[in-house]
Amino acid sequence: MRPIPLMALALVAAPVALPAAAQDLPVLTVYTYDSFTAEWGPGPLVETAFEATCGCDLQFVAAGDGAELLSRLRLEGEQTEADIVLGLDTNLMAAAAETGLFTNHALGERDYDLPVVWDDPMFVPYDWGYFAFVYDKTRLPEPPASFEALAASDISIVIQDPRASTPGLGLLLWVKAAYPDRAAEIWEALADNILTVTPGWTEAYALFTEGEADMVLSYTTSPAYHLIAEGDDSKAAASFTEGHYLQVEVAARLASTDEPDLADRFLAFMVSEEFQKVIPETNWMYPAVTPPGGLPAGFDTLITPERALIYPAGEAALIRDEALAEWQTALSR
Amino acid sequence: MLVFERARIVQGDFTMAADFAVPEGARVAVIGPSGAGKSTLLAAVAGFIPLAEGRILWAGQDLAPLAPGARPLSILFQDQNLFPHLTVLQNVGLGLRPDLRLDRGQQAQVAAALERVGLAGLGARRPAQLSGGQQGRVALARALLRARPLLLLDEPFAALGPALKAEMLDLVAEIAAETGSTVLMVSHEPADARRFAPLSVLVAEGRAEPPLPTATLLDSPPPALAAYLGH
Amino acid sequence: MADRAVALSGRLGTAFGLAVAGLVLCLTLGTLAAVAWRAEAASGLGPADWAAVRFTLLQAALSATISLLLAVPVARAFARRRFRGRSVLIALLGAPFILPVIVAVLGLLAVFGRSGLLNDALRAVGLPEVSIYGLQGVLVAHVFFNLPLATRLILQGWAAIPAERFRLAASLGLGAAEVGRFLERPMLRAVLPGAWVAVFVVCLTSFAVALTLGGGPAATTVELAIYQAFRFDFDLSRAALLAAVQFALCLAAGGLAGWVARPAGFGAGLDRPADRWDARSGWLRAQDAGVIALVSLFLLLPLALVLLRGVPQLAALPGSVWAAAVRSVVVALTSTALCLALALPLAIAATGRGGRWIEAAGMLGLATSSLVLATGLFLLLRPFVRPGDLALPVTVLVNAVMALPFVLRALLPALRDLQAGYGRLAASLGLRGLARLRLLTLPRLRAPLGFGAGLAAALSMGDLGVIALFADQGTETLPLQLYRLMGAYRMDDAAGAAVLLLGLSLGLFWAFDRGGRGHAGL
Repeated sequence: MRPIPLMALALVAAPVALPAAAQDLPVLTVYTYDSFTAEWGPGPLVETAFEATCGCDLQFVAAGDGAELLSRLRLEGEQTEADIVLGLDTNLMAAAAETGLFTNHALGERDYDLPVVWDDPMFVPYDWGYFAFVYDKTRLPEPPASFEALAASDISIVIQDPRASTPGLGLLLWVKAAYPDRAAEIWEALADNILTVTPGWTEAYALFTEGEADMVLSYTTSPAYHLIAEGDDSKAAASFTEGHYLQVEVAARLASTDEPDLADRFLAFMVSEEFQKVIPETNWMYPAVTPPGGLPAGFDTLITPERALIYPAGEAALIRDEALAEWQTALSR
Repeated sequence: MLVFERARIVQGDFTMAADFAVPEGARVAVIGPSGAGKSTLLAAVAGFIPLAEGRILWAGQDLAPLAPGARPLSILFQDQNLFPHLTVLQNVGLGLRPDLRLDRGQQAQVAAALERVGLAGLGARRPAQLSGGQQGRVALARALLRARPLLLLDEPFAALGPALKAEMLDLVAEIAAETGSTVLMVSHEPADARRFAPLSVLVAEGRAEPPLPTATLLDSPPPALAAYLGH
Repeated sequence: MADRAVALSGRLGTAFGLAVAGLVLCLTLGTLAAVAWRAEAASGLGPADWAAVRFTLLQAALSATISLLLAVPVARAFARRRFRGRSVLIALLGAPFILPVIVAVLGLLAVFGRSGLLNDALRAVGLPEVSIYGLQGVLVAHVFFNLPLATRLILQGWAAIPAERFRLAASLGLGAAEVGRFLERPMLRAVLPGAWVAVFVVCLTSFAVALTLGGGPAATTVELAIYQAFRFDFDLSRAALLAAVQFALCLAAGGLAGWVARPAGFGAGLDRPADRWDARSGWLRAQDAGVIALVSLFLLLPLALVLLRGVPQLAALPGSVWAAAVRSVVVALTSTALCLALALPLAIAATGRGGRWIEAAGMLGLATSSLVLATGLFLLLRPFVRPGDLALPVTVLVNAVMALPFVLRALLPALRDLQAGYGRLAASLGLRGLARLRLLTLPRLRAPLGFGAGLAAALSMGDLGVIALFADQGTETLPLQLYRLMGAYRMDDAAGAAVLLLGLSLGLFWAFDRGGRGHAGL
């Protein structure tokens, strides 16, 4: 909640000297995606923890999903209020860097617990995950072990539109990375398995939960939610021999920030234990730096892909349009 | 005095001319064949149809700039004279104040008007709960309260039986006499005209003729009227 | 027209109406212009965009036509029958129209989906399954959403035939067929084109339903293409172009309807309740009962399944959901008040000179891409205020403008009848201005006003408040919170929130609609 008028009233009325009031504190504005700030997301915990030490007022502004965040920033340009943007991912990094709105961080070299080496000077990773097809063990005892096996089966899947959803774009790049020359062919073979294409993850996952499809495109970490929060161990992610596409979620500092030091402190806080330990059970992703206490019980049951597939940021942007055209042609038949 | 000064009404290919005067306090029937424009003549006086040429004057004042509600007249239509969602009291009260904010004195006036037309005690009803004759009386009561010097009747009692209609016409005549109103009444019935109106205006063949004594007109009708009367 | 001189609108009323039309123009075309102006480079529409336009037209035309074909017998059945619970049933049947898309889709899937009731039954008796994915699914969903709207619009047409005409028909010994020919068919001729356009345009701007049930990227609608242009390519120029195409299609549809429609000219009656002597035969009774039963099953079964799934979760809903519910109700009530305050002067001005244009301006909200509207508004307001501070006011305003076309549709025919039936009488009595509004317009329009208010409130309740650009902490509406729950794997909580939303939307609609019909003049 933002400061309410009542509080101001209380300040005026109070005869005794009060500690620095909320409005005197420096404000750090963090743009992030919607689910980060939800009551059950990482936002509230992160805010409390950071404000306890920063002597500042941390304000989250939620703006749709990662790609919508970037669009909003482009709308606002240098007049943006944001000091930090948290919630872009590897597939958006090139476009984000191109805007010239971001500046390098001051964290120096760090060791991250990522499946890939990370040395980007601008974007700081805070969590990561693999895209995967999630299924219900009770309904699908023998999941396919590759895209080709999936295509050959009559298993139904729900996927997301790459132009409207982050996992959708992830799948597009996944198939392209696994089959650089045969992606169109794979999509054609998959076409009859695709029950439908939804605009977002939410619709797709809901269709899957309601029993409409055998598998849904999501993350390898999705079963952890059902296991830990619901005590339901029936969900699992299918391990594909081609490897799984990696998504790394990142944050960066705006060049136009009027609180550069505070922004850097936030980025440092972001890769510290206080922040990282919150991630697994609120964002349901792997933390970029595994906390000393390790991952929560239940995460050990998740599959670990043998190969991490990922395009470097610049390449992903280049390959995107070609992969999209292949996808559209194959599925529009 | 109501004066039609070289007035012309044009509606599509229909035209009608009127150039005559009606003396103040007169009761005039407007007679003529169906479709000749009797109602149109009244609508022009009431301000629903603009004149193509000429003027209509009341007491020397041109009526053209006046909105229908501001003209010195009340009109009773063939039907839809009452608002079905308002009570009888409200319908009549509109005659005194269009915003219905009536003070005690005005409420008493409304009650008196209703009593005058024989509807005492029926004020709380809605029009659908009244007979046709009673609905006509409500409209008359309202005209009574509006107390405008000119009263236009566009066959409001056409749907009533002969006895009832005669009764209503007598009531109108009484009220007109009490208030000194000038009355223009469209009529299809020669008998009504004779009974009610000493003067008659013949509307036929694109003209409204100057008023003549009703008896004269009906006893030796010009050809257009004769055909209509079936002589 | 001779009656121009005594038209409903006074000079002040017309000025007010024009101001409202101006506001709507700013919000619709103005925001579109703002987006186009902000675009960095002009770009054209590609083949994929034109494919989206073609698919959008196809599905919208089919959806509208099927909805109307089904709505006519349903409306006729309700017009001919009086039974206990009729008004409650009519209100309930309106529910799909006001549901957030995702909730309604899940309800539909529980019936028509792969593991839904229908396919379970088909499997049990050894028949082949039916698939709801593909064009047929889009059509089923759009008919599900819009059948209630079409039925209500047509039912209003029936209600507008004065009871006296049915009485006259009965006195002449006219049977159901003749009543159909002399009374109902002219009424339908007057009402159907407008209803068709209303449904067509609603489907034209369809977003998630089409893709979710459409099966693949071929089922991309214009609205979705706008979203993609904004989100995926950040191509504001293409987004604006697509939005302009959407406007043009809606205007063309509206023009077509205006050209086809013929006023029925039934005149006014004395508010006697319509008794239907022509429809007393046993066969017609059975036919109407069958129609009502079928449509209730189609519209209510999915809702019942949503309820069944969600009611047990109600008690365990997180506090933030209740807070969002309160916020949504406040937003809905405010936006309803605003919507009526905009609709009434607009409708009154639309009965006067240049009325067609004023009416068209009011309808623009229907044709608006909510994303372009939000983006344009964001661009226009941002230099002056912090968007987050305006989250709720903007939601209220946008909801009001989005509901305006429906409220206008409800008010206009009644207002025109009022003018035709009582315009002269009111003018001859000098009934003008506020007195006229208070004594004539408001009481005579009570029913459509109540219906319109109910619709505005329910639409506002169900609106996702697409305005992510204005979102701020503590401004989430119930549908957004519901969507967030689903986005956080919390399907059970989401099911509970859906029931809460359904209950509140229907409750608001019913209360207003009921209030409007509370006293019908007798």
